[in-house]
Amino acid sequence: MNKKYSIIQFTKQTLANDTKEFMSERTNKTDVIIVGGGPAGLAAAVTIARAGYETVVIERGSFAGSKNVFGGAIYTDATREIFPNFEQTAPLERKNIEHKFAILGEDDSTIISYRKNPKEAISYSVIRGKFDRWMAEEAEKAGAVIVEETVVRELILEGEKVIGVRTEIEDYYANIVILADGVNSLLSKQIGFRKDIKPKDVALSVKEVIKLDKNIINDRFLINDDEGCIYELFGGSMLSKLGLGFIYTNKDSVSIGLGITLDELNGTGIKPYELLDKIKEHPTIAPLIKGGETVEYSAHLIPEGGYKKLPKLSGAGVMVAGDAAMLVNNMHWEGTNLAMISGKIAGETAVFALSKNDFSEKILAKYNKELEKSFIMKDLYTYRNLMDVMHDKKSVFMDFYFKKINAFFEMFTSVNGIPKRQLYRTFIFDFLKERGICGLLSDGWSVLKLIWSILIK
Amino acid sequence: MNLDNKLSTLKYTPDTDSHLKPVQEDCVKCKNRPCINTCPAGVYEWLESENRLLVKYENCLECGACRIMCEKNSLKWEYPKGTKGVTFKKG
Repeated sequence: MNKKYSIIQFTKQTLANDTKEFMSERTNKTDVIIVGGGPAGLAAAVTIARAGYETVVIERGSFAGSKNVFGGAIYTDATREIFPNFEQTAPLERKNIEHKFAILGEDDSTIISYRKNPKEAISYSVIRGKFDRWMAEEAEKAGAVIVEETVVRELILEGEKVIGVRTEIEDYYANIVILADGVNSLLSKQIGFRKDIKPKDVALSVKEVIKLDKNIINDRFLINDDEGCIYELFGGSMLSKLGLGFIYTNKDSVSIGLGITLDELNGTGIKPYELLDKIKEHPTIAPLIKGGETVEYSAHLIPEGGYKKLPKLSGAGVMVAGDAAMLVNNMHWEGTNLAMISGKIAGETAVFALSKNDFSEKILAKYNKELEKSFIMKDLYTYRNLMDVMHDKKSVFMDFYFKKINAFFEMFTSVNGIPKRQLYRTFIFDFLKERGICGLLSDGWSVLKLIWSILIK
Repeated sequence: MNLDNKLSTLKYTPDTDSHLKPVQEDCVKCKNRPCINTCPAGVYEWLESENRLLVKYENCLECGACRIMCEKNSLKWEYPKGTKGVTFKKG
């Protein structure tokens, strides 16, 4: 079983012979088919294979990870749930010990930084091309079969029940199909689990991986070998827009990128990569990446709709996990952990259903219930109103207040012979004049309501 | 660094057919053509002289932004075949 299957490399006949090892003869049927070899799909595969059931992961890229893009970081807690000793064998880049929040003005910035080298890492930067492949190898070791270079074009239905998948080459059948086919999840759409995604409910991310000498990274980010630093970038080229930037440090490269809500790009003439170029040129950021060579440019969508835009998550013979289920906590930059844990829960639910030999909608609804009990749905519920408020108030929260924070520190650090009381009064007067009492009250009320919805109910 | 240089960092295995098929009659009528501006790989270009949308699908990063932005759902968007398209080595 510990063997890679690349469907396209086989003739139909050879494939049929080969697949006999893991799919019942002639019927091409297995216990669980998983569409997509990312964190969600592979977590599900590992869970199912370890329980002794047959599972096949169908990945459209030439290897797991080859179509995947993130910021980013993987989270220790979630990764350990699936791979308890991953820190010993997984290809990790750096253990993140510092988190910087940088508010970029036109040419100035204010940075708040939290630094602690915890005994137990919270997150690691990884290169997905290596890390996802490692996860796929672990899944194979557990007994899962990974089929690469194969696109699932549609789901095969029997009435309302999903009974298999149709690829370019052949049809495959399974008791359960887990959709971990990413943010675009055309398969969820095919079976009516999700409606068309609105441009305001998804962010476009563009990113560059910039090669730099390890020691230069250590010096510029004030870290030692194997320690990492994360920057969250607010404002800059995205002032007044619903978008944020990021920097992650890898061993000998730096990942810099941004995510911007898609509707912000409509009719503006601004290209997403131009926004990134401007961030790279910002006087606070440019010295960090100076002299580096861009070794990879990439783009990907991030589901940002949150709790209110979640698709249907399970039905007869089918479950949806990870980005395909739009499980992203954008407030805390979390995605891979929600993918892994939802994949694990989908895997556990599949194992439960296989033990009962019942793949009905009712049995698989256990997946929804377990998700509700986990941090995933609790966190998404906590921030259910966040995006509404941000869409409503972006021109103020993502512009005016950022500028005022920088203006305050510019005033506070100025030495110009003007008496301090006068400086303070001018700052406050300008602040009130520009935003107005009504504006301030409205902003305060929005924030209070948001905090209430986050903390109380 | 211009877009061509950015895209030159990537490994592509282009197909002979496009996996992105716009309904050109709708594109002619489309006012905003948001696909052009949104695409992070500059795949779309309006050819004024030919009155049609040029699709340089070979450069596609397979993100799906154009699919979501297309206002009238006039773009048939699918993943490239299993062996084709972009490969991210880093991601």
